[in-house]
Amino acid sequence: MNNESGVYVDLTTENKSSSWWAQSANRYAATILMLVVIGSVWALLIDSRWIYLLVYVWFGLAYGMFLQYGRFCMASAVRDLFAVGVPRMAVGIMIGISLYSLIAAAVKVGGFHTVNPHPLGWHIIIGAFIFGFGIIFTGGCASGSLYKTGEGNMGSALVILSISFSQAIFVAMSGWFDKLVPASWVASATAKAMPEELSVTQGWFDIFTAGYIWDLKGATAADMLDVSNPLVASFLADSFLVTILPASLIVVVLYVYYFRKGYMRRQKLQRSVMRMRDHLSGIWAMITSSKNTAIAGIGLGVFAGLHVWVTGLLREHYGIFNFGELLADMGHKTGLSIQDTVFDPGYWYITTQEAQWGAWVMEKAGVGMRDNIFFGLENGVPSPLINAPGFMSIGIILGAAILALLRREFKWKRPSMETAIFALVGGCLMGIGARIALGCNIGAYFATVSNGDPSGWLFLLGMVAGGYVGVKLFNLWLSWRASQFDDCPL
Amino acid sequence: MAVKFDQTSAGHYQLDVRGYSCPHPQLYTKKALQKMSNGEVLTLIFDNPSSGESIMAMCENEDNELFEREDKDGSFIWKIRKGS
Repeated sequence: MNNESGVYVDLTTENKSSSWWAQSANRYAATILMLVVIGSVWALLIDSRWIYLLVYVWFGLAYGMFLQYGRFCMASAVRDLFAVGVPRMAVGIMIGISLYSLIAAAVKVGGFHTVNPHPLGWHIIIGAFIFGFGIIFTGGCASGSLYKTGEGNMGSALVILSISFSQAIFVAMSGWFDKLVPASWVASATAKAMPEELSVTQGWFDIFTAGYIWDLKGATAADMLDVSNPLVASFLADSFLVTILPASLIVVVLYVYYFRKGYMRRQKLQRSVMRMRDHLSGIWAMITSSKNTAIAGIGLGVFAGLHVWVTGLLREHYGIFNFGELLADMGHKTGLSIQDTVFDPGYWYITTQEAQWGAWVMEKAGVGMRDNIFFGLENGVPSPLINAPGFMSIGIILGAAILALLRREFKWKRPSMETAIFALVGGCLMGIGARIALGCNIGAYFATVSNGDPSGWLFLLGMVAGGYVGVKLFNLWLSWRASQFDDCPL
Repeated sequence: MAVKFDQTSAGHYQLDVRGYSCPHPQLYTKKALQKMSNGEVLTLIFDNPSSGESIMAMCENEDNELFEREDKDGSFIWKIRKGS
């Protein structure tokens, strides 16, 4: 069997004599898929408007499959680049955002709203740095941890648990932390005259949101350049300038610093005689060196774009801006914010729905979670049974599980004490970082730059810096740890 | 759960990182290959599928040859010959 670097002998043995159904892994995969189908039909029979939630489920399923297929994880993009000099994941992400941006541009030309630009400020770099540092220790980014949970990795499930509760606690906590907030933020938050039940001057995250974030501005490239022609605005300003051009430049940098030397050696090329054509062939070789990653990048980019489009169609069909309106119409008012809204991005997003899971559990335990902007005013605390983006996360886990089972890569894995501590502490840093930066590697980077919002590049900058420092520390830890093992002279 | 790295015979080493997830398998593999001489063979045993893609790319980049692999039920046994 061939691989990219040459020829290897594949000794993998499968019981090919037995039928497809007789193999237990296939049966488990088929059972999961059937349960999702049955659950979907059941929900539609109850009320056809659940289609809105089911769109999240099925796109989640597709995301999970692509993530598992390409081992698509942004932690890997940063970590493998600095730790082992492998650019494959960073390249895969550049492919993903480029395709996503083209489809998002088409969706915008079609008249649908896509993504609100994030406010530009230092919080993005600071939050992304904390997030990037955390992902080195957890072994997976926000979406990476979901697909790895689908592969049976319980360490990754701990990461999700930690992200969920750390965010919920972080945005709702009040007390000592409030003293760290500048007085100007408190004054600005007070001036917003928000409803009393939100108590926005108590709780540092509320003050941060109302007194700092709301005073910042964000815009897409088309807005900044004041382009009115929809085609030029979407394809040239938002897609080309914000996504495709920077992504192409990053691919060239990755080629020069991480791939060219090895490529020249394999092709027996001398740098002094290399022509532009040779370099372009080298860049293409880098892009296609991991076909799984490239295919996953294409799939995720296309599906993420389609997701925005399908949700846009449904919003138009039901005449709503937010799923909360539909839930209220269907009689599910519990868990909605005071504006009758819930978290409903309409695109691929990870962390906020996990914060809602954490908050919902804490509410059930008797902790008040809604006297704040994050839950009380904006996202609500819906039950996991009606949390549409939450079902997207569950879909990712199930999609990854289906593919991992079919590929014989599913394995229940219990974390060691070391891995569990890293998962909990790293997950906590990821949760805190994501809230400060107003999103994770998906919501604050992948989905923003792909929709013409340049703030995502600031997130990447911070995440890469945090990841770099994390890799340095992790390497020191690993060397020390190896010296502790009896049979490991590394 | 412990990482095991030992010499099994002349020119042959074995690294067992089962039970570990990213980034341990790829980082330990890099460290193991750095300890070895050109032409020596590393038998790598791991059970984190995500690490496989990175290890394969690392081998390609650094001219190490992955010449035999056995993937079964979420566990992987790969043989890598260290290149120049």
